[in-house]
Amino acid sequence: MKLTGAQALIKSLEMEGTEVMFGLPGGAILPVYDPLIDSSIRHILVRHEQGAGHMAEGFAHATGRPGVAMVTSGPAATNIVTALCDAYMDSVPIVVITGQVPYAVIGSDAFQECDTVGITMPVTKHNWLVTDPQDIPRYVREAFHVATTGRPGPVLVDVPKDVANQMMDWYWPDAVDLPGYKPNVKGHPKQIKDAARLWGEAHRPVIYAGGGILKARASNALKALAEATGTPVVTTLMARGSFPDDHPQCLGMPGMHGNYTAVTSMQKCDLLIALGSRFDDRVTGKVDSFAPGAKVIHVDIDPAELGKVRRPDVPIVGDCRLVIEELIKAVQSNRQKREWPDLTPWWTQLREWQERHPLHYEQLEDGPLKPQYCIDMLRDHCPDDTIVVSGVGQHQMWSSQRWKFNHPNTWVNSGGLGTMGFAVPASIGAKVGKPDRMVWAIDGDGCFQMTAQELVTASAERIPVKVAILNNAYLGMVRQWQELFYEERYSEVYLSPDLPDYAKWAEAMGCVGFKVETPDDVVPTIEKANQIDDRPVVVDFQVDYREKVYPMVPAGGSNDDIILDPAHDKSVGR
Amino acid sequence: MPNGVAQHHILSVLVENKFGVLSRVAGLFSRRGYNIFSLAVSPTEDERLSRMTIVVDAESAPLEQITKQLNKVIPVIKITELSPDEAVERELMLATVKAGAETRSQVTELAAIFEAKIVDVGYEAMTLMVAGTPEKLDAISDLLAPFGIVESQRTGRIALSKLARQTTKLRAVKDRGA
Repeated sequence: MKLTGAQALIKSLEMEGTEVMFGLPGGAILPVYDPLIDSSIRHILVRHEQGAGHMAEGFAHATGRPGVAMVTSGPAATNIVTALCDAYMDSVPIVVITGQVPYAVIGSDAFQECDTVGITMPVTKHNWLVTDPQDIPRYVREAFHVATTGRPGPVLVDVPKDVANQMMDWYWPDAVDLPGYKPNVKGHPKQIKDAARLWGEAHRPVIYAGGGILKARASNALKALAEATGTPVVTTLMARGSFPDDHPQCLGMPGMHGNYTAVTSMQKCDLLIALGSRFDDRVTGKVDSFAPGAKVIHVDIDPAELGKVRRPDVPIVGDCRLVIEELIKAVQSNRQKREWPDLTPWWTQLREWQERHPLHYEQLEDGPLKPQYCIDMLRDHCPDDTIVVSGVGQHQMWSSQRWKFNHPNTWVNSGGLGTMGFAVPASIGAKVGKPDRMVWAIDGDGCFQMTAQELVTASAERIPVKVAILNNAYLGMVRQWQELFYEERYSEVYLSPDLPDYAKWAEAMGCVGFKVETPDDVVPTIEKANQIDDRPVVVDFQVDYREKVYPMVPAGGSNDDIILDPAHDKSVGR
Repeated sequence: MPNGVAQHHILSVLVENKFGVLSRVAGLFSRRGYNIFSLAVSPTEDERLSRMTIVVDAESAPLEQITKQLNKVIPVIKITELSPDEAVERELMLATVKAGAETRSQVTELAAIFEAKIVDVGYEAMTLMVAGTPEKLDAISDLLAPFGIVESQRTGRIALSKLARQTTKLRAVKDRGA
C-alpha cells in the first residue's frame, strides 16, 4: 500500500493507540493536518503551542498513557520547548510531532526554520529528524517505545514538509530494534536480599516514595510493602496520591515546604528506603546534612540516579513495581528467620511530632479570606477521586499540603521545572483523559495569566474543567522570599487583585466566572461551580496576600533548620 | 598539556553511526558540566557503528556518573573504560618547527630519534609528523620547544583495549614439556 509520509504518520499514531492529540497547524505541518480529517484521532485545537504540550502532559499524568501533541516548525516548535523540558524533568511520557521546512532547504534559514532537533536535544529522552518517509512508521514506533518504557520522558519527531509529501510503502514494524536502549526492569536478587536484611536491622526506617511509584503503577505494591513492614511513608511532591493520605502510615510531603513530621522523620531515620525518588534539592535541603544517620536503599529504573546525589548502601536498578513485589517476598522471608526491631518507640516519636507541629492556619469569620481555607473547602466539597492540577508557587504548596490524596494519578503539577502557567492547560489534558472525573485546577493569579487563553480551547471543545484562582494580587512565593530573605524589599511582585477582572475574563472566554471575597461565600460558590458540567468554571478567590507557606526550609539550608509558622510555633521557648 | 594520564580517564564509546550522535554526546558533556580533554571519532570495521575515544577530566565529575549519563544517550551502545595498563593508546601530532640553515640538522636529528617524519620543509621551518604514545608526543614537544614551535596540532588519543593473553595455552605448552 502506497501512502504519503503524512498519511503514514497519522496511521502510525493510530497504530500506537492515539485517541486524542493536542495541536495547532501551520505551514510546515500542513500536509499532516490533511489526513487527520479522515482519522479517528480527536484533535484539540489549542491557542498556543505551549498549551498543547502541557495538555499532553496533563493527559499523561492523569491516565498513565503517553500524551501526543503536534505543532508546526520554527516558533511553534520553540513554544513547545517549555513543555518538553517540564516533561523531561518530571519523567512524563509525551510524544511531540513538529513540522519542519522541506529537507531540501534545511540549513538555508528558510521561513519558520529552526533547528528543532538541536534545540530539543537536551530536553527530550530522544528525538528524530525524518529524512526518508519510509522511516516514519519505525520512528513513531520507536518514539512511543522510548517515551513509555524505562524512565518515561518526552520524545520528539521532526517531519520536514517534503518528506511528509513523498510516497512510501506502508508497513508496521513488529518490534523495536534499538541496540543502545535496553532498560533493566528486574532488580538484582542479591541486592533485594541485602535490602531486606538492612531493613530488618532498622529501628527508625522511613519509605521515601517518589514519582517513580506512579510511573511504575506501583501504588498497590507500595501499600503492601508499607503494611508488611509497618514503615512510615513520606510522599514527595511528585508522589502525592501514590500512597493514600488517609492511611495511618502516611506522613505526607517532605521537603522545603513539607510538614514537620515528614521532614524530621527523614532527618532522624536510621534507614531511608528511596523508591522512585531522586534526592531532589527541594527534598534534601543541604545534602551534607540530609538524613545524616541513615543508611540508604535506593530503587530506581534509571541507574544514573543511584549515587548521583547520595551514595546508597544498597542500590537497586529496576522497575519500582517489580522490585517492590520482590522486596515484599524478601522482607517476609527475612522476618520468618529472625525478629525485626519493634517500631513502637519510633511511631510514638512520630505521633508526638505530628501532634506538636501540625500544619496550621486560622480563618477568622470576618477576617480576610485565607487561601488554605479555600483549598480545605474545595477538598471537603469535591469527590474523593477529584483530579487536582496546580501551577507553581504558594498555591501549589498549599494544595499539596492540604489536599487528601487517596488515589494515584489525582495530583498533577509541575515539580522539577516549576513551570508557571502549567495548571490551566494540564487540567484540560487531564479532563480529556479522564472525562468522568471532576478536575479542579488550583492556580495562582500570576500563573493563571500565563496560559489562561487555553480556557477558550476548553470552552470551544466542551471540556468542563474548573479553575480556582487563589488571587493574592502578588507573585506570592517571590513575595514570600523577599519578605523573609530580602528585608521586605518588594521588587516587582505586585499584580493587582482586579486587573484583570478574572470573572469577566472567564465569561469572555466562554466560561462561567465567579468572584469570592468573604469566607462565608466560599462553600456556596464551590457548590455552584460543581453543578456546572457543560463548560469551564473560573472562581476568583480574593485571598489574604500576607499568608505565607509554612513550614519552610530556606534554600540551601539544612532540614534541621526548618522554620515553623511563627504564629503557631509551640516549640518557641522550648 | 600535562604529562601523564593520572587525572584523566579514557572512555571508548561504541555508538550508532548516525548523524547527530556526536552532538548528543558532546551536548551531554557540556550541559552536565563534564570536561572533555580530547575526542577522536571514526567509523569502525562495522560501518553501522562508530567509535569515540573520549578522554575526560576526572576532576569535573565522578566517572561513574559520566558513564551512567552517557549510557542514557540512546545511540550509545557500549562504553568501555580503558585504563592505561589495559589499553594501547596512540596519538598523532603535526608540528611546524623553526629550522633555518643553522638548526635544521639538529631538528632532523631529533626527528630521527623519535621516528618522526619530515612531511614539509621550508626555508625557515619544517613540519614534522610524529605518532606514538601521548607521553612520547609530550617529550618531543618539550625538546622541540627551544627551537620554536610555530604551529602544532594533535589528534587526541585513540585507544583500543589490549588483547587477552591466552594464559591457559601457555601453561599447556609448559606442561607438555615437563
